[in-house]
Amino acid sequence: MTTAQIIFLVVAAVTLGSAFMVVTTRNLIHAALWLVATLFGVAVMYALLDAGFLAVVQVVVYIGAIAILFIFAVMLTRKEMRDQGPQLNSGWWMSALLAVLTFGALVSMLWGWKDMEKVAMDMPVGFDSVSALGDALISPNAFVLPFEVASVLLLAALVGAVYVAFNPRHGDSRK
Amino acid sequence: MDFLKDPLKLAADWLIGLMTGWGMPEGVATGVAAFLGIFVLIAILMVIDIFLVWLERKVVARFQDRIGPNRLGPFGLIQPFADIIKLLIKEDITPANADKVVYNLAPMLSMMSVLILWAIIPLAPNILGVGVDLNVAALYIIAAGAIGTLSIIMGGWSSNNKFALLGAFRQVAVMVSFEIPMVASLLIPTVLAGSMGMNAIIEKQNIWFFILSPLGALIFLIAAIAELGRAPFDMGEAESELISGYNVEYSGMKFGMFYAGELLHAFTFGGFWGILFFGGYRFFGLEDVSPFLSIPILLFKAVIGYWIIMWVKYTMMRIRIDHMLAFNWKFLTPLSFALLVVTALVHVLFKDAAPWVYGLSMFLSNLILGWIVVEFLRRYSRAEREKVEGPAKPAIEAAGH
Amino acid sequence: MNQWLLIAFFFIVGLIIPVGAIGVAAILGPKKPNPVKQETYECGLETVGDSWVQFKAQYYIFALVFLIFDVETVFLFPWAVKLGQLGLFAVIEGIVFIAILIAGLVYTWRKGMLEWA
Repeated sequence: MTTAQIIFLVVAAVTLGSAFMVVTTRNLIHAALWLVATLFGVAVMYALLDAGFLAVVQVVVYIGAIAILFIFAVMLTRKEMRDQGPQLNSGWWMSALLAVLTFGALVSMLWGWKDMEKVAMDMPVGFDSVSALGDALISPNAFVLPFEVASVLLLAALVGAVYVAFNPRHGDSRK
Repeated sequence: MDFLKDPLKLAADWLIGLMTGWGMPEGVATGVAAFLGIFVLIAILMVIDIFLVWLERKVVARFQDRIGPNRLGPFGLIQPFADIIKLLIKEDITPANADKVVYNLAPMLSMMSVLILWAIIPLAPNILGVGVDLNVAALYIIAAGAIGTLSIIMGGWSSNNKFALLGAFRQVAVMVSFEIPMVASLLIPTVLAGSMGMNAIIEKQNIWFFILSPLGALIFLIAAIAELGRAPFDMGEAESELISGYNVEYSGMKFGMFYAGELLHAFTFGGFWGILFFGGYRFFGLEDVSPFLSIPILLFKAVIGYWIIMWVKYTMMRIRIDHMLAFNWKFLTPLSFALLVVTALVHVLFKDAAPWVYGLSMFLSNLILGWIVVEFLRRYSRAEREKVEGPAKPAIEAAGH
Repeated sequence: MNQWLLIAFFFIVGLIIPVGAIGVAAILGPKKPNPVKQETYECGLETVGDSWVQFKAQYYIFALVFLIFDVETVFLFPWAVKLGQLGLFAVIEGIVFIAILIAGLVYTWRKGMLEWA
């Protein structure tokens, strides 16, 4: 086993372990913090794949914004943090079965994939992945339209978020 | 002369040679040497941090017309060591209701979020081992800031104290809000240099980016001060109402970590200001002589930046949180994006012109945008004043939390 | 050598140093806990009610607006890197992108979501 494989296995185990803690811990803030650990594990995965831009963006967006948003949202809710009720509802076995089946299907699909064994290529010396990404995003014969549509999508998300937070029919919900 | 040119590479080669001599594989030896190099760098940073405590106390004393520490050693230089000993032998009080694990993790993460920033600071043009020339360095600054934000919210929440929680929430709201102008002002050196890497940004600064984009430098400074949570943006630790904010329950070395982390953070952002807008380790060709000169040049610029941050802190009053957020979202964010658009446009139109034409048009476009903004603010404040001064009553409202 | 390994070293050393400092302080410092000392510190007053209080929704809304802007600005970094080489066309693309972003800000502003009330 190479060093990279050992690092990958450790990081993957930590990521999965924290993901498990997210859904099992009772304290919602703890769940959010375990989620941060999971997301950080994913960022490390990107770094292992030499996808530096994605790794950093993962930390900036998911830990810097989404995790903070979750914690704020938890603090908005009342008394839910130390909820002592049951964590499972009656349909838990169905979702467990579904999850196992999906996982099995994914594994069997990947098993037959011929490129499964392939190792990531080493980047040529002096290759700047950010610059390549910039090229792909904005040069006229590449992904210009998706780039612009992304901003429209985000605008829609913002409008939706504002509308949900401030629904005129129910009056001002900001109290 | 090899030693003067690149002493660290020499030392690293010697160390690697020594370890491979012991029968260690070359890859492992390189790794161990890099680890030791990083350890030494961070240890030196902690020593600098100790003196920053002294510097901060001395400078604030001068701003407030006092002398500051002057009893222990010459100019009170031994005072910070006495502070450290006091922090080390103090009892560490953990509140009974605190969330112990998160409570202990927060100060460590707070310190770590500052120390990892030094991974991307180029101390000199050609130093091997320490310092990484990351091609996403500008975003890495923001990512490290995200971990700092998290540590504050962890500290505030786990203390199980209303004041700590309030302070943490305010601080985090301010930090995340001011991250937008900070990202936008980081985009300006990126546009000018055509790269996010710190080394590339420094190499492109034949003309300081401060001259090309004074407005961008100013926005970065303001956003950095907000990110640091220092006055006038220190809503999170408003002493008069929140005691001390998110770290109120911390004592001993855990408080020390928050405190030292804040000082080092300010110093680091002084360094980033120097790197992004004042040419980093470059100073009229002196940097080519030896890293023994370029490292002091960078640290000197960092101290200047740190001093300016202190100057602002001890001069300005604390701003109310609603004003602070309005200032960010309704003024600084639109301004920084307008500046980004203007910079991009001028950069593309004039980049092939003579350097002085390029520099002058960049500077003038900044000046014009700045003038428009100042004029707009003047009109707005006049209108507001007339609105308030009509009914002659003091406009004091209680700030919501 | 992989630069991400160096970054990882920075994370590890950056964690070792504060852990070491706090650890040394834990060994050297006295440990005499008592119930009064370990109470929540509120300037001598006794704590009333739950410390984990409910917060106003405004924090959430600012975090939400911030999230959208954060994602948008991330897209601008590759654009900024390639800008100089692609010329005016790229600038116009960027201006359109930023204009849509600002439209979102104006909408939020007009809806009164940026007021701390």
